Amino acid sequence: MTTETVISAQDLSLTFETNDGPVNALKDVSLEVERGDFVSFIGPSGCGKTTFLRVMADLESPSAGDIEVNGTSPADARKSRAYGYVFQAAGLYPWRTIGGNIRLPLEIMGYDRAEQARRVNSVLELVDLAGFEKKFPWQLSGGMQQRASIARALAFDADLLLMDEPFGALDEIVRDHLNEQLLSLWEKTNKTICFVTHSIPEAVYLSTRIVVMSPRPGRITDVIESPLPRDRPLDIRDTPEFLEVAHRVREGLRAGHSYED
Amino acid sequence: MRNALPVLTVVGVIIVIWYIAAIWMNSTWALQMAERLGREMGFTDLVVATMTQDRPLVAAPHQVVVALWDGVFGHAVTSKRSFVYHGFVTLEATLWGFALGIVIGVGLAIAIVHSRAVDMSVMPWAVISQTVPIVALAPMIVVVANAVGVEDRLLPKAIISAYLSFFPVLVSMVSGLRAPNQMQLDLLKTYGANRSQVFWKLRLPASLPYFFASLKVAIAASLIGAIVGELPTGAINGLGARMLIGSQFGQPLIMWAALFGAAILAGILIIVVGAIQRAADRRMGVAR
Repeated sequence: MTTETVISAQDLSLTFETNDGPVNALKDVSLEVERGDFVSFIGPSGCGKTTFLRVMADLESPSAGDIEVNGTSPADARKSRAYGYVFQAAGLYPWRTIGGNIRLPLEIMGYDRAEQARRVNSVLELVDLAGFEKKFPWQLSGGMQQRASIARALAFDADLLLMDEPFGALDEIVRDHLNEQLLSLWEKTNKTICFVTHSIPEAVYLSTRIVVMSPRPGRITDVIESPLPRDRPLDIRDTPEFLEVAHRVREGLRAGHSYED
Repeated sequence: MRNALPVLTVVGVIIVIWYIAAIWMNSTWALQMAERLGREMGFTDLVVATMTQDRPLVAAPHQVVVALWDGVFGHAVTSKRSFVYHGFVTLEATLWGFALGIVIGVGLAIAIVHSRAVDMSVMPWAVISQTVPIVALAPMIVVVANAVGVEDRLLPKAIISAYLSFFPVLVSMVSGLRAPNQMQLDLLKTYGANRSQVFWKLRLPASLPYFFASLKVAIAASLIGAIVGELPTGAINGLGARMLIGSQFGQPLIMWAALFGAAILAGILIIVVGAIQRAADRRMGVAR
């Protein structure tokens, strides 16, 4: 089963040196993510969930411990373009059209023009933005921009999708809609997704596993295997099973003293 | 038209103040002349006398307009008395200096953004260079150019012009090339982009709005540089030379006309650069 483990972290620690002394962003974090998982990381600000994601992406280096992505170091995984990363802000280049933005990783990775065009079309279809290729980012709503940024992360063949609070800045209604779309996209593409959020319903609705984290030092306090089926209509959120998982997440957050400040 | 009204109001106020200043400044000489001829002078006579002098202290606006008109349309464009001829001489140096300033400014900015050593060593000198009075430096540049065998005045003038115009381009481009935020840089890192890809795909396009904004300042600085290059250097061609000759050889009207000719040239250049900027913005999808 080792080949099926996408991310494997052992006693991972990361300490930032700041002017106010060292900050333990991560302390002895161990976790395995299996292929096809949808893993959410939830916790209050400062619990290290984003830092953990950035370590997987080789955007931060751990101070201690081991981490492997696809069986190699995060740096090698990054260089072999093993993952797509979706940031909190869509971060589309304002001087490129939607199509141009999605082409950006493809240009850098050296796909030929015909292949670029084919992929842009297919991912735009996937995120329901067909026909918006020639539009500029400012002509789209916030939710559409975020969908475009997801399409950008899907355009190349990475099996792993790292998402850092991608819907954090969007309103509830748009967020529901995008959550639904993300689930169907995950279904269609068979990707492994690591998803950072601080919304309990979002984490429970989306995930096969929920990793509850707590701050000072950033650590994992609970890992919850979701009993919910893979096929999830939005109204699953009213079922007792859903509420029970949500309750356990809330308990986990409370155990980490996350509500004290 | 809504934009024109405030502008025209200001122009109107300036012209009124200008006329009052002309009457005031030129009245001394007019009164002296009247006294010498033993004539009494009423207010109306005085006003007329202050506006028709050949060598006024302050030329009246209509005199400047007439001199300018005569300078532009009154002579063949190849004549040494034509402002078109002199304007072209100045324009040529301005554009060469502008181009040189852009190349130097952009080149240095790229080096500064990519190398900390260059940043630390070059940037302070770039700032100091702008504190040296260009009027003092200009003759030296001309003399040195002459000493190394450059007969043509175009090159030293272009260098002086570039000396002034590279700086706004440099400062803006350094800001522009550093404009991408950490997230945009991280995004390219996740694609495994190399340094040159980061430059061409992100830093350069992100800097273009800064670049075009700096061009308006740079073109004006270029023109000033070209004119300064013509002033204290014994040049006989160019608007700067016309200004100097006008003031030194008792033809203040030519000096005033050359001054306004230079201002109009600056206005035209800025409008052209502005049009290029707008076209670029539209091309980049920034204009809404």
